Amino acid sequence: MTLEVQIEKKLADFTLDVAFRATETPLSILGASGAGKSMLLRCIAGLEKPGRGRITLNDRILFDSAQRVGIPARERRIGMLFQHYALFPHRTVAQNIAFGLHDLPHDEQSTRTAALVSRTHLAGLEQRYPRELSGGEQQRTALARALAIQPEALLLDEPLSALDTHLRGQVEAQLQETFASFRRPALLVTHNMEEAYRLGEQLLVLACGRVAAFGPKEEIFRRPPSSEVARLTGCKNISRAQANPDGTLQALDWNCQLRLAHPPVAAPKSIGIRAHHIDFLENASEEAGEPNIFPCWIVRTSETPFRITLFLSLDPARAAAGGADLQAEMFKEKWERFCDRPQPWRVRLAPESLFAMPD
Amino acid sequence: MDWSPLLISLATSLAATAVTLVAGLAAAAWRQNRAGAVAAFVDGIFILPLVLPPTVVGFLLLLLFGRNGPLGKLLLQFGATVVFSWPATVIAATVVAFPLMYITARAALEQVDPHQLQAARTLGASEVRIFREVALPLAWPGVLAGTILSFARALGEFGATLMLAGNIPGKTETIPIAIYFAVEANEIQRAMAWCAVDVSISIVLLGGLYYWTYAQRLRRERWGQH
Repeated sequence: MTLEVQIEKKLADFTLDVAFRATETPLSILGASGAGKSMLLRCIAGLEKPGRGRITLNDRILFDSAQRVGIPARERRIGMLFQHYALFPHRTVAQNIAFGLHDLPHDEQSTRTAALVSRTHLAGLEQRYPRELSGGEQQRTALARALAIQPEALLLDEPLSALDTHLRGQVEAQLQETFASFRRPALLVTHNMEEAYRLGEQLLVLACGRVAAFGPKEEIFRRPPSSEVARLTGCKNISRAQANPDGTLQALDWNCQLRLAHPPVAAPKSIGIRAHHIDFLENASEEAGEPNIFPCWIVRTSETPFRITLFLSLDPARAAAGGADLQAEMFKEKWERFCDRPQPWRVRLAPESLFAMPD
Repeated sequence: MDWSPLLISLATSLAATAVTLVAGLAAAAWRQNRAGAVAAFVDGIFILPLVLPPTVVGFLLLLLFGRNGPLGKLLLQFGATVVFSWPATVIAATVVAFPLMYITARAALEQVDPHQLQAARTLGASEVRIFREVALPLAWPGVLAGTILSFARALGEFGATLMLAGNIPGKTETIPIAIYFAVEANEIQRAMAWCAVDVSISIVLLGGLYYWTYAQRLRRERWGQH
C-alpha cells in the first residue's frame, strides 16, 4: 500500500513543489497556515489539478501530466475529511454515512452503515441531523462517511482544529484507533506540532510549498535539518553559531562556547536547543566535570497552568538591560524551590540536547 | 360568464413554469463554476427579457417564429404553426418568466457550501447525482421561490403574449388580455371581475411564498445553515 506524490502547482504567493511517499504508517504534514498543506491534499484527492507531476496509489496512476492522465475525484477511492466536516445537513447520520454506498444493494448498505456506526461509536445517533450533534460526533460521522467507501488512502485536513480542547483528546483517540486498523496511507495536515507528533509516525514539514523535512518524526524533532524546521517544530532557542578549531561551537547570540554530543554538520551556521531541555542545577555537586554549564540571569517569567517559562541571558550586562537570549521551561514544583535563590543560577545546555544546523 | 380566460391563464402559466423550472435550473447549473466573458455574455442574454419591454420580446419572438423566421420555417416543415396558437402563449410566458427563475436558482445554488459538493465527489458520486441529491435539496428553498415568482410573472404576462398569440377567445385569450379588451369594449363589470380574480391569485401565491420562506427558515436552522 503506497501513495507516491510528486507534484508542482503554482499558487498565488509561491509554487507548491512536493515529492514524498506514504505507506501504511500515518504521515503528518506540518506547516504554518498558508504553506500549501490543504492544496496538497486537494490535489491528491482530485479536487484540484496540479500543474505538473505524478500521483500514484498502489498500482493506479491517479495523475500524470506527462501521460495526460487525471482520474476524477469520484474514481480515486480516497477518503477525505474536511476541516469543517462538510457533512450533508439535510441527511441524517446514517444517510450521511451511506452516501458513498449508493451502488450497493439496500441490505448491504444497512449492514455496512451499522458496522461503521458501531466502529465510530455513533450508536443511537443514526437518526440525528448533523446540526444536532456535538463537534466530536460530527467529526466521527465524517470519518465513518469517508471510511464507508473503503478508501485506499485517507486524507485529513486539520481534523482537530475546529474542536474544543476537551474534545480533542477524545477525537485523537478515535483517529489513532482508526489509523491502527486502517493500515493504508493516511495523511494528516495540521499546523499544530503536538498533533502532528501524536498522530503521525512519519513527519513531513512543509514551508512555502517546499518539503523542508521528511522522515521519522522522532528524528526530525531531535535533530531538525534546518532552522526553519526547528522553528516549525516548536524550537524556541536558535542562535547563530561558528565552529571553533577545537570542535566546539561558539553560540554567537547566547555568548557561550558549547560542546555537542552529535558530531556537528559540516559547516554549522546555527545551533538550537528546546526550551524544556534547558536544565537548571540545584547544587554544585551536579557540576563535576560536566560541559556546557554557565551562570545565568533571569530577565522575566511567564506562567502557564503547570509550567513557568523563563527568559534568561548568560550575560549579566544584557540581562540588566532587559535582553533575554534564551527561553527555558520548568515545572512549577521545581520553580517553587528555585524562585527565591540569589542570581546568577547555574544553567546546563546538555550536549545531547543541542543540535547544529547548516543554515 | 365565460371562464375560459382563467383556464387558459392557469394552463399557460403552469406549462410555462414547468419549462422555466427545468431550463432555469439547467442554465443555473451550467453557469456554476464558470467565469469569464462567455459566461457574462450568456448571463446578459438570459436576463435580457427581464429588462426589455414585453412588446420588444414579443416582436423578436414574432420574427423568430413567424412564417419567415428561422424557427417558424423549421416548424412549418412539420406542419406546425406557432403564431396565434395556444403554444404561443406558453412560449411568450416562458421567455419573460425565465430570467426570474434563472437569477433565483443561481443565487440559491451559489449558497451551497462547495465543500459539501467536494465531499460528495470524493465519495464517488457522479455530477448528476451530486446535483440531484446534494446541491438541489440544499438550494431548494431558493428554487421554489423562483418557481413561484416565475408562475406569478407568467400569469401576469400581457405584451409579448398579445404580439405572438393575439387575442383569440377560448384559445389564446388570457386574463390580462381579457381585461384589456373588456376595458376597450367598455365592459367595465367584466374587467373588474377579472381584475379581482387576478389580484386574488397573486395574493394567495405571494402570501404562500412568504409563509413558506418563513417555515423554511425554521427548518434550515435545524440543518444549521444560515
